[in-house]
Amino acid sequence: MNRFPVWKYALIGLCILVAFVYTIPNFFGESPAVQVSSIKATLKVDSALLEKVEGALKAAGITTTGVLLDPNSVRVRLADTDAQLKAKDIIDKTVNPDAGNPSYIVALNLLSASPSWLTAIGALPMYLGLDLRGGVHFLLQVDMEGAVTKRLESIAGDLRTLLREKRIRHGGIQREGQTLRMRFRDAAERDQARAQILAGFPDLALVERDDGQSAQLVATLKPQALKRTQEYALKQNITTLHNRINELGVAEPIIQQQGADRVVVQLPGVQDTAKAKDILGRTASLEVRMVDEEKMNAENLARAKAGEVPFGTEYFVERNGAPLLVKKQVVLTGDRLTDAQPGFDPQTNEPAVHLTLDGPGARIFRDVTRENVGKRMAILLIEKGKAEVITAPVIRGEIGGGRVQISGAMTTTEANDIALLLRAGSLAAPMEIVEERTVGPSLGRDNIDKGFNATRWGFFAIVAFMSAYYLLFGVISSVALACNLLFLIALLSLLQATLTLPGIAAIALTLGMAIDANVLINERIREEMRGGSTPQAAIAAGYERAWGTILDSNLTTLIAGIALLIFGQGAVRGFAVVHCLGIMTSMFSAVTVSRGIVNLVYGHRRRVAKISIGNTAWK
Amino acid sequence: MEFFKIRRVIPFMRYALAFNIISIATFIAAVAFIAIRGLNFSIEFTGGTLMEVSYAQAANVESIRTTLAGAGFKAEVQNFGSSRDVLVRMPIEKDQSTAMLSQRVEALLRAVDKSAEVRRIEFVGPQIGEELAEYGALALLVTALGIVAYLALRFEWKFGLAAIIANLHDVIIIIGFFAAFQWEFSLPVLAAVLAILGYSVNESVVVFDRVRENFRKQRRASVTEIIDGAITANISRTIITHGSTQIMALTMLMFGGPALYYFALALTIGILFGIYSSVFVASPLLMWLRVSRAQFVRERKSRRDENEGAVV
Repeated sequence: MNRFPVWKYALIGLCILVAFVYTIPNFFGESPAVQVSSIKATLKVDSALLEKVEGALKAAGITTTGVLLDPNSVRVRLADTDAQLKAKDIIDKTVNPDAGNPSYIVALNLLSASPSWLTAIGALPMYLGLDLRGGVHFLLQVDMEGAVTKRLESIAGDLRTLLREKRIRHGGIQREGQTLRMRFRDAAERDQARAQILAGFPDLALVERDDGQSAQLVATLKPQALKRTQEYALKQNITTLHNRINELGVAEPIIQQQGADRVVVQLPGVQDTAKAKDILGRTASLEVRMVDEEKMNAENLARAKAGEVPFGTEYFVERNGAPLLVKKQVVLTGDRLTDAQPGFDPQTNEPAVHLTLDGPGARIFRDVTRENVGKRMAILLIEKGKAEVITAPVIRGEIGGGRVQISGAMTTTEANDIALLLRAGSLAAPMEIVEERTVGPSLGRDNIDKGFNATRWGFFAIVAFMSAYYLLFGVISSVALACNLLFLIALLSLLQATLTLPGIAAIALTLGMAIDANVLINERIREEMRGGSTPQAAIAAGYERAWGTILDSNLTTLIAGIALLIFGQGAVRGFAVVHCLGIMTSMFSAVTVSRGIVNLVYGHRRRVAKISIGNTAWK
Repeated sequence: MEFFKIRRVIPFMRYALAFNIISIATFIAAVAFIAIRGLNFSIEFTGGTLMEVSYAQAANVESIRTTLAGAGFKAEVQNFGSSRDVLVRMPIEKDQSTAMLSQRVEALLRAVDKSAEVRRIEFVGPQIGEELAEYGALALLVTALGIVAYLALRFEWKFGLAAIIANLHDVIIIIGFFAAFQWEFSLPVLAAVLAILGYSVNESVVVFDRVRENFRKQRRASVTEIIDGAITANISRTIITHGSTQIMALTMLMFGGPALYYFALALTIGILFGIYSSVFVASPLLMWLRVSRAQFVRERKSRRDENEGAVV
């Protein structure tokens, strides 16, 4: 009655073996490493790069403890942090000969020190959360209204072009909140425009309005288009963040969408939050607009300075102090840029930024410069929602080929920064940091130590008590509990679920709760013995009767765990993941594993007069 | 070794009224504390900035306070864990740029004492805090409903109702403690509270399981006798299991450091009250809800019918 077929023992043994193998990597710790990955999509990381890195290190006399190539990066493992820093410099010089235009990111990293055969079968150490390994966590909120506003501004520009091409006269197109208002002289012209707009802009919903003086059309984005715009803005922002963080050289950044309008950025190991925040938060983009020279007379400028800006223009002060009235209409945006490099103006030797425009951008630029020879054009840098005129040169002639240079009273550092920000792309919508968490590496270490200490002492206390109270059955329960811990760690390592401090707390709590199943079983066996059952019958009945209760009680706990998993965020989620996994492993280990051991010990004896479960003879 | 040699069924239900009066009194006290003193929510809920700063020597909290106040910051400074660590808490201010706030504070503290090392910065915007509170409440609700539904399915609705009333009363009492002593109510504490909800229902389930079993076995016994028998049979197990879990919670309280302190504290209180409430509150409720044998007999029949249907 208390015998398992051989395959059941084998299965339990196999589970324990597999769990053991996947748990091992956690004991090897980590060794310092340097990671090289490509910034540019066209540049692949391959074995040629690997050889180059190896060769350079050999030439410099740095011995490595292993060089690995994976699909995205080359990783070099080193003996100590001194060698790591030296190796980083050497590799950086080798793979990025031009420091101003790097092709690869060279970052410091930590690699698991476990043997390569373990890594090959996917046995990796648990993935530690930022609160355990140190680093920065940001939650950024994307301003979706801003994204829509931006989109409407660009549509307004396109509408003007369309109406001009179709020779439909209009009395102005303006954005008002989340709508565009177009004025026409009469209803006939409005109907004409309406037909053209409906054909050319399927994203717009049009409503007719009349205020007595002019016929008007009010355009809004259709719901689907609105949604698409917002989704696009979020994606674009994530891409931009990727590019910017690449420039920071972080080994394993995480940039993910969270919910409809948020982005999580996690930078493990980064200590310089100021720099990280600066790079993330800067929202530089470029706009080319025309200077409104008709309205730019002394009277208008004086009024604009006082706050009464003439209709359709914006007031700026150039870097040299000269006031300007710039048209609101945007000729070209930073989206049309394919590259931006810092450099110098060949004539004046001033620091400059060289821009390269894409095909359509180059065409627009050529047309605009041809049509406006002799007029002034303003190049604006928009940062943190504020626009600044970098330069406002007079157009001397048509500029073709899409190569533009901006210069004007900037320093070399500024030119570098502007080029970097323009290169990394602009944000489709402004973002704001709504949550920040920085954990220093020493605190992370402390958290790990304290969390594991608590678990260890709790575990030993339970083992001591169980063994004293239930004798051999207590020892068996303790072994089952140890197996539970093993399974849980193996599962966490295998799934690469993020382990946080609340997660460690959940491990401890789960162990404390898991013993409940064994106590239930052992108490039931004792009760059956007192009721006069033979030892073998008592064991069988004890396990069988306790099972229903164990299932019920674990399932109710699991309900709470799953609710936490669904609704929890941050710390709560880290807790819930481990808690849920632990409940499931505990059901297996407390019932099946402990039964397996009991069966091995007692099930194969012919006569069992007494079982070692403590005194049951008092009744 | 054997702690409990209970030879006779203990008539727990005779004292049901007394247990419930104690419960109601504690419950009312907890509600009163929550209503009057309110909870000391962590910045995760209220929004704001928190910095943990570590010094080489014992930190001079007073001087840190004056330094920050002198620079115009509204900051709350207190020791954290040891005398060398301090926590600086700053509420959300309209004209205080949150992004640069922590850096400015760090610079200020460094200027006074070079050994100041920022170990942790947490900044939470106001909208996040509201959401967290909302999601926390939602999680509580879903857990409660889920448990009632499960118990109703597995046993009967009366069991579900009795268990959830008993255990929500635990939750209120834990929260009451946090309000009474103004301990910090943070996200991990919320997780602990919800884990306790699931955990102490456990206890009720174990007793209910026995009640159901005894209904089937002891056909002549009265409802009260059956409940008393079920509790008596389980009392030894109840105390041992909770003892084990309590050991874990206490080691966390002692060795887990300040980061886990309130989490472990919530667990400790929760486990203590969990034992009490699921045995001494849930069972009398079950009795007063007039649970009866007939319901289980009927349940069995319908179950058999279902099986037959499945075969055809």
